[in-house]
Amino acid sequence: MKHKTFFWFILPTFLAMFFFITLPIISVTIQSFHTPHENVLITVENCDPFGCKKATSINHEATQKLKKNNPLGKYVGLDIYFDRGHLAIEQVKNLWSNTNNFLEFLKLTADLPFYKALFFTLTFTFTVTPIMLVLGLLIALGVDSFNQKLKGLIIFFSLLPMIVTPLIGSIILFWMIDSRGIVGNFLQILFEDPGLSLKASTFLTWIMLIVYGVWHAIPFSFIVFYAGLQTLPKDQIESAQIDGANTFQQTIHIIIPHIMPLITFVTLMQLMDNFRVFEPIVGFNAEAHATSLSWIIFNDLGGETRQLSAAATSSILTIFGIIILLSPVLIKTWKEFEFKK
Amino acid sequence: MIFNSNKSTKNSSFTAIIIYFLIFLWVFVAAFPFIWTFWGSFKVELDFFSISNWTNAITGKNTEQTYGSPFTFIGYHGAWVQEEFWKAFINTSLVCFFVVITSLTIGTLGAYALSRSNFKYTFWLLIMALIFRAMPPITLVAGYLPPFFEWNLWGTLPTTIIVLVSINQPFTLWMLHSFFQNIPKELDESAKVDGCSQYQAFGHVIVPVMWPGIITTGLFSFLLAYNDFAVTSMLLSDENRTMIPKIAAFLGTTYTEGNVMFAVAAVVSATVPLFILIMFFQTKLVSGLTQGAVKG
Repeated sequence: MKHKTFFWFILPTFLAMFFFITLPIISVTIQSFHTPHENVLITVENCDPFGCKKATSINHEATQKLKKNNPLGKYVGLDIYFDRGHLAIEQVKNLWSNTNNFLEFLKLTADLPFYKALFFTLTFTFTVTPIMLVLGLLIALGVDSFNQKLKGLIIFFSLLPMIVTPLIGSIILFWMIDSRGIVGNFLQILFEDPGLSLKASTFLTWIMLIVYGVWHAIPFSFIVFYAGLQTLPKDQIESAQIDGANTFQQTIHIIIPHIMPLITFVTLMQLMDNFRVFEPIVGFNAEAHATSLSWIIFNDLGGETRQLSAAATSSILTIFGIIILLSPVLIKTWKEFEFKK
Repeated sequence: MIFNSNKSTKNSSFTAIIIYFLIFLWVFVAAFPFIWTFWGSFKVELDFFSISNWTNAITGKNTEQTYGSPFTFIGYHGAWVQEEFWKAFINTSLVCFFVVITSLTIGTLGAYALSRSNFKYTFWLLIMALIFRAMPPITLVAGYLPPFFEWNLWGTLPTTIIVLVSINQPFTLWMLHSFFQNIPKELDESAKVDGCSQYQAFGHVIVPVMWPGIITTGLFSFLLAYNDFAVTSMLLSDENRTMIPKIAAFLGTTYTEGNVMFAVAAVVSATVPLFILIMFFQTKLVSGLTQGAVKG
């Protein structure tokens, strides 16, 4: 394809991505170095027959002028990155020198808003991803042995947890695990503890969110692996059976190597998607016990105050996180490209 | 297949039982919450959240006492009429329709170009799209708000549609790109030999054969627009809310007013279109999920 033809074909999508992805990233970066102007205050002395009083008021004219001349706000460099709501350098330093052991240090650091969100996001990502891979593979192996009609039905129901809106899925589960809901009720009877509430403890809330994450993600790995199993080399399996390999050995030595590219693909997609975990925290009303990076951005952006600078800084830190997370893949792709040259 | 083939040994029939049990358990876990909530949406709150006896949620004891029948549409009436959920439904329909149409139009053109060009910048454009795909969309919202407020674009449906189209382009491009890779290049090359320009080759040769890929990608564009919560709730004003942000807003207000059943009815209402979608397009969805994988 000629350069000129290529240009006209790609132009609309390029413009869309340039104006609504690239420019916003630049804008977010700039905003993260600026903080909104404070109001300009003036002190006036009012004197009347009973004496003089000093009053401080906002000088609207000067404030407006300052905002107009410098719409980005006051340049503060990396201050917002280092403040208490983000990397909290000062607090972390203090904790480091004032705590006796590493565990205590970690525990106290996890109370700082940014680290709290980071710890949950990483825990969520690195527990949900392996669990969904294993369970998805087991289900795919199992479904393979059902007849065609049942397979269709199983796949239909399996798709539900993934296709249904994450917020709706988490709300539905939340209602069920409510202490008055069926699962919550059942657990109370099971553990013989009528006061049991999954919402009250941090540990149980995390478990609940992870269970939701796995529930939501299993269909993806199941469907992809199931498709991969359709292309399995039958002669290899037959000869392995003749040699006396059992089901487990066949799985380890033939099936898993065969679908390895698919495992890499699913892992990559899941790391991306789990790192942005957000909706279940809203759906489960869990922000008292668990927050995520996406959630703190959303929280800063919303409400009356709309703290854009704080949100922008969290956004940049999140983007850094995802780049670090995906760097092995990006480096590998780049090396392959270099190799081809 | 592999579990059927050697039933002779005791060991593997035991494995088979575990596997059947696992599948049964999974299907139950996947389907039950939806069936339960659907059934419960026709009950009163005392039955849906029953403190005294959980079987009330099935039999609808309190519902019968209040309304003379174990089924009531009171939740649906409250959500759709009283809380004006129909407005949110119309907004969602508008957003989804225009997002799908626009995404597919500009995505098809772009993905076709990317699949038919071998220059170095093609590779870099695809890598950029991959990085954009990896970024959580919420990280961009801080960048949208100041200009949208400044130019009075905030809160309207068209703005949200354009934003949703743009943040979904990376995904759309990758998906359509892999579909176009499967259409042999010889097809448009031979058309060009016959004297067609690249545009004519695209219009006369590619467009007629690309529909399966377009429909599958369209389904996923629809789902991205329909399911979005973070971006739509940040960019839409209260009266322009789509269904998902509206439901989130319900949660805050209805708990305090004791109208939880409104929220339950709204949640079930918003699930029904997705249910129908899976029913009609199951094979398309499955092929879409595996498309990227098989190519990658």
